[in-house]
Order: sequence, then structure tokens, then C-alpha cells
Amino acid sequence: MAQRFRWFLPLVVVALVMAACGTSTSSGDAKTVTVIGTWTDAEQDAFLAMVKPWETETGNKVKYQGTRSINDILAAGVPTGVLPDLAGLPGPGQMAEYAAAGALQPLDDVLDVATYTDETSPALVELGKSDGKTYGVFIKAALKGLIYYNTASHDYADAPPATWDELISQGEANQGDAEALWCVGIESGDASGWPATDWIENILLRQSGPDVYNDWWAGKVKWTDPKVKAAFDLYKEVIDNSYGGGTNTVATKFELAGDPLFKSPPGCEFFQQANFMSGLGKFADLKAGTDFNAFPFPALNADYAKAVEGAGDLFGMFHATDAAKSLMKYLVTADAQDIWVKAGGALSANKNATSYPDDFSKNAGAAVANAEQFVFDASDLMPSAMNAAFWSHMVSLTSGSETVDEALVALQAVADDAYKPAS
Amino acid sequence: MTDKLITAAIVVVGVPAVLVGYIWATEQVLRILPERHRPSLRPWLWLAPALAFLALFLVYPMLGTILRSFQDNPGKNFVGLDNFFWFFGSPDALSSLKNNLLWLIFLTLFVVGFGLLVAVLVDKVKYESFAKSVIFVPLAISMVAAGVIWLYMYQYKPPGAIQTGTLNAAIGIAGLGPVPWLQVEDFSVNTFMLIIVMAWMWTGFAMVIISAALKGINPELMEAARMDGATEWQVFRGIVFPLLVPTLVVVSTTMVITALKAFDVVFTMTSGNLNTNVIANQMYAEMFKFNQYGRASAIAVVLLLAIIPIMFFNIGRFRAQEAVR
Repeated sequence: MAQRFRWFLPLVVVALVMAACGTSTSSGDAKTVTVIGTWTDAEQDAFLAMVKPWETETGNKVKYQGTRSINDILAAGVPTGVLPDLAGLPGPGQMAEYAAAGALQPLDDVLDVATYTDETSPALVELGKSDGKTYGVFIKAALKGLIYYNTASHDYADAPPATWDELISQGEANQGDAEALWCVGIESGDASGWPATDWIENILLRQSGPDVYNDWWAGKVKWTDPKVKAAFDLYKEVIDNSYGGGTNTVATKFELAGDPLFKSPPGCEFFQQANFMSGLGKFADLKAGTDFNAFPFPALNADYAKAVEGAGDLFGMFHATDAAKSLMKYLVTADAQDIWVKAGGALSANKNATSYPDDFSKNAGAAVANAEQFVFDASDLMPSAMNAAFWSHMVSLTSGSETVDEALVALQAVADDAYKPAS
Repeated sequence: MTDKLITAAIVVVGVPAVLVGYIWATEQVLRILPERHRPSLRPWLWLAPALAFLALFLVYPMLGTILRSFQDNPGKNFVGLDNFFWFFGSPDALSSLKNNLLWLIFLTLFVVGFGLLVAVLVDKVKYESFAKSVIFVPLAISMVAAGVIWLYMYQYKPPGAIQTGTLNAAIGIAGLGPVPWLQVEDFSVNTFMLIIVMAWMWTGFAMVIISAALKGINPELMEAARMDGATEWQVFRGIVFPLLVPTLVVVSTTMVITALKAFDVVFTMTSGNLNTNVIANQMYAEMFKFNQYGRASAIAVVLLLAIIPIMFFNIGRFRAQEAVR
């Protein structure tokens, strides 16, 4: 008897282990919506505050995970199908890719399309579309190309320079004992160089206009084109007039790059960054509008004076459960967006979300929602290999190890490969 | 939550139980077979689970990678050697290869050189174990953390500002600098700065192994040489060093392979900018950033091909040594 039973024992154990492995991957119940996004810390708290009223009203729960490696998770998840219900998307390019793969669910029947289109900046509505259907919504927006200054050095609020030449002449007139005109910092770990790409984008947009800009990131205007070169040349001038020069620019973390504005004597007069900078570095401890302020990037060509560069966090739906649909619908409403912007740091693509904590954010929010010519951050729209090369060559160019022409030729070589249609 | 606990318990108890059960079952099978086959079959049956895991997690992915390196990006068509032509035709890849060569030569030299020096020197002092512990500690730090620590060492501030980086503060006392250590591309200074970080970590490893080999040398040999009037340097050259050679070779080959796999330090400190890239980092970028599976696989195959001769050399040495014994 005992002898016979012994044969069974290993089999029983194997069966138990297999059963355990099998049950551990069961899916959660439909009343929970899983969400992944890039927001962590304070931003995560703001997002959770934003979904709270929805949870209370519907009785559903949001299971949120904030992660910086959202690209890797989605890239691995789309072929295997292991995906959250809702997720932040890296950019419109990936959104179109995931939509074509059938992983992303269209939102046209989910959202209140009439209200959404009416309340949202048309440029952002358009960027959320692929093949005529809406797949992504901008839960959060950012305004690029603000010129920050220390109000104690000189207050430009009443007469901000409208053109680049005015900015240079006013800067020279008000230099005082500031060491340099500009502060720039482009160190950002694995993404080093991105603040420099923002510089190029802001210059190119205002020199050559949105059409050239859009053709450029789409690979239809060559990097070696004189228009692109003009933008790079102007950037190089900025670096030559920057605090510590190119070497210091490469060595400085972008979060801390604006700090010399508040040094004594000041390291520089101006610092170009997006609206979210007001929550980083020394800016975070100071009061926007009082201690420091910002004016829009000045015009380089009068025809494109109204052009604005922005960016944003796209959001998409991978599983069309009832709870996920309801949450998606809620997130774009002015009520939800109001909670988000009230926390500070975030801008809304929704015109009716106006509960900004200060005038600084309110103006930035209005600039995004009402922009006449709005373009999206070009480097985020480029193929990832192009984007990475753009970042990396901006580091070489800034540090002085490459000339503008060398960088442009090298970037065009990358472009020739990166824009090839996938076979 | 309880689900997970039950699963964990089953895994903890179940996996060893399955293994015990497997061995017991093979014995039952062997009992049926004729006596003379048993000794030759038993080792294979005992090895089988390990071999199966090796095949599943090492051989199969390796074959898959090799296959993938001949395919285009979506993995549908064979493109012959295109991915390899791309690799050897791209200036970035060639720069990475050159840097890996620097890593291979100088990391090995630094680690083995300093490891030997320290091992021989501390052998002669009373506080040996303390000194060895201090030098060994960096090996316990994660490479990413080491990268971050050394970022502070190399930190650069513009001239006139307070230098917060240790190295620039130190040379500032002598009125020199500041030097942007990680931006100087002349003579690959920035790559050397990264190699130093890795050498700082691995010297302890080399030291411990060499030191152990040193303890194994019969002191009577050295005594005899000294009695015959040999100087300390002659004792080292004529007796200690030749006896350490097999150990030095093992440490060197380990370091060569470590150098070829260098990734973390480069990724955290410069992310390959300013001509400091290495092939492992490039493979990572092609794979996880650009989704170029074909090209990433080709790089992996190049790396594998570079390591194979070193492995064979190592195995050859090992066999020769066994033969001597």
C-alpha cells in the first residue's frame, strides 16, 4: 500500500505547482480600472485627487502605477496583450502604431465628442487622432519656450520683448553685473540633450513657421537644409553667450540650470524652459509672478509671431470595459481637469479648466488652449532612433566636440536610416 | 494577497519536493534497467533537469538571437548579413568598438595591476585584513550607485564658482582646473574616467583572488631564496610572480569579459554621449529604445563572437593546468 502510494507523491506535487501557477495570473474584477502613467510623487497625488470624485460617484476603484519606463512596458505589452486598462502614451507616433496594431481602443463612442472638441485646443484634438478616429486625449499639457527671468534684476512684465532683436538689446541694456545673457543646462541622464532640442524647435518654429517645422520632424525637410542650419547657428550663439559656456551647459542638470538667475551677482539674465520649470530647482521655492516671471519666446519672423510649441501627456484606452470607458470620459471633463490644474505645475488642454493657483500658470494654460498656431514637441514626434541621435548630437555640439555642419551631416545620415518605411 | 502567499508557499515547498521526487523517480526507473547500464545512465539522469533549464534559458535564446540577427526588424524576412553590414558601417558602432577595446585593455591592466600590487603589499603588513576589506568594499556597491558616486567626484562647475566635485576641488587647491572630466574627448580621457570607476570597483576582486594564491605559495621557497641572498625584488620576479601566473590569467580573462559587457557605468554616467559609448549600451538602445530587434541581435552576436575565443583560451589553460596536476 505504502509502496504504491509513493509513486503518486511526485505527481501530486507537480500538479499542485502547476495549479498554483495557473491561478496566479487570473484577471482582476471589472470594477477596478488599472492605469499606468509617468506621474510619480506630487503629480501622482494630483492624479489620484483627480480620480477621487469619480471613484466616490461610481463606486469603482482606480489602481494606479507611476513609472518612468512606460515605453518599455507598452512595447512589451502590445505584442503579448498584457496591458493596463488605461495608460499614458509616449507620443502620437506610438499611439498610431498601437492603434494600427489593434491594441488601442477608439474613443469616439466613449467621449462626449461634441463637448470635448469644443473645449479642447483644436491642435491637440488633431494630435490625438489616427486614421480619422480619436485614440488619444491630452490629459495634461505643457507650454514650451518660456523665457524666465528674475524680477529683482529687471521686471519685463509691462513691456516684454516682442522680437528676438528687442530681447538682445534689452538684455544688453539691463545686463548690470550679470555674467552672461543666458543660462542653459541640458544634462538629464539618459535623455541628456533634450532641453537643447527644445531650443532648436522654438527657434526653427519662429524663424521658418509651423509648415517647415512639421515637415522637418516628419523627415521631409533635410537636416542640412539652410533653414534648419539657421536655427542651429542661432542656438550656438545662445550657447556662446551663456553662463559657463557650452562646457557648463553640458555639465549642468536641466532642473538646476535656472538657479544662477538668483545668484549674486546673477549668473545670467534669461533662461528658456517649459512652464513646468516653475516647480523645479530654485523656482520651486520662489513665488511665480513675484520673485520670477516669464514672457513668451519672442518672434524671429513677424509672420509666425503667434506660433506656440507645446507638449502633453497623451492617454489611451487598451481595454474597453465599462468602468474604463466611464473613467476616460470623466478625465477630459472640465470638472476633472480643474482638480488637476489646481494642484499646480500642470496645464490643461481644456479651455474651461481655469482653477490655476496663480496667474503665471493661468497665462500659460490660456496660451496652450487658445494658441492659433500650435505645434507639438518635434523631437517627441520623431522616430525614436532619430530622437536619441538628436539629443546626443546636441550634447556634442554644445560641448564643442562637433561643429554645426558636422552635427547636421551626422543627423541627416541617421535620418536616412530612421525614416525608412518598416518593411 | 492570500493567493500570493499560498503560491509562494507551494513554490517554496513544492520546488524542492519536485526535485526530490524526480531523483527518487529516476532511481525507480534505473532499478528496472539491467545492472551494467546503471552507472553510465545515472549521472545523465541527475544532470537532466539542469541541462533542460540550460537548454531552455541559454541555448534556445542564443540560437534565437543568432537567427534573429539575420532577419529584418519585424522578423518576417531574412536579410542576410545586412544587420552586420549596418553595424560595421555605422560610425557610432565603430566608435563603440574602439571604446570597448580601450575598456578591454585598460580595465584589465588597471584591475590586475593594482590588484597584484595591493595583494603583495598588504601581505607584508599587520593590518592586512582591514586594508583588504576597505579595498573590497566597492565591489559590494551596485554599479549604478558607483556611477552616481563618481558623477559627484567628476562634477564640474564653471571657473570662479565653488567646485563641488571632489576632483576639481582637489586640483583647485593647486590652482588648476576646473576640468570637465567627462567631456574631454582628446585621448579618450572621458572613457578613461569611466574605466577608472570600474577599476575602482573590481580591484578588490582581483586582490582577494591574487592574495589567496599568494598565501598558497610555500614560504620555504622564498626563505630558501632569501638565504641564498636574493633581494625582495628577485624573490618576487623569480618565485612569486611565476607561481601567480595561472591566477593572473584567470583574473585577466574574467576582466576581459567584464570589459566587453561594460554597460551600467556608461549608461548612468554619460549614457554614451561624447564618444563614450560601448557596444552593450548600443545593443540596449537598439533593442529597447528603437525596437530594432534584428540589429540588437546582430550586436549581441558580435559580442558573443568576441567572447568565444577568450572562453576557449580559458578552458584550454584550465585543462593544461589539470594535466600538470
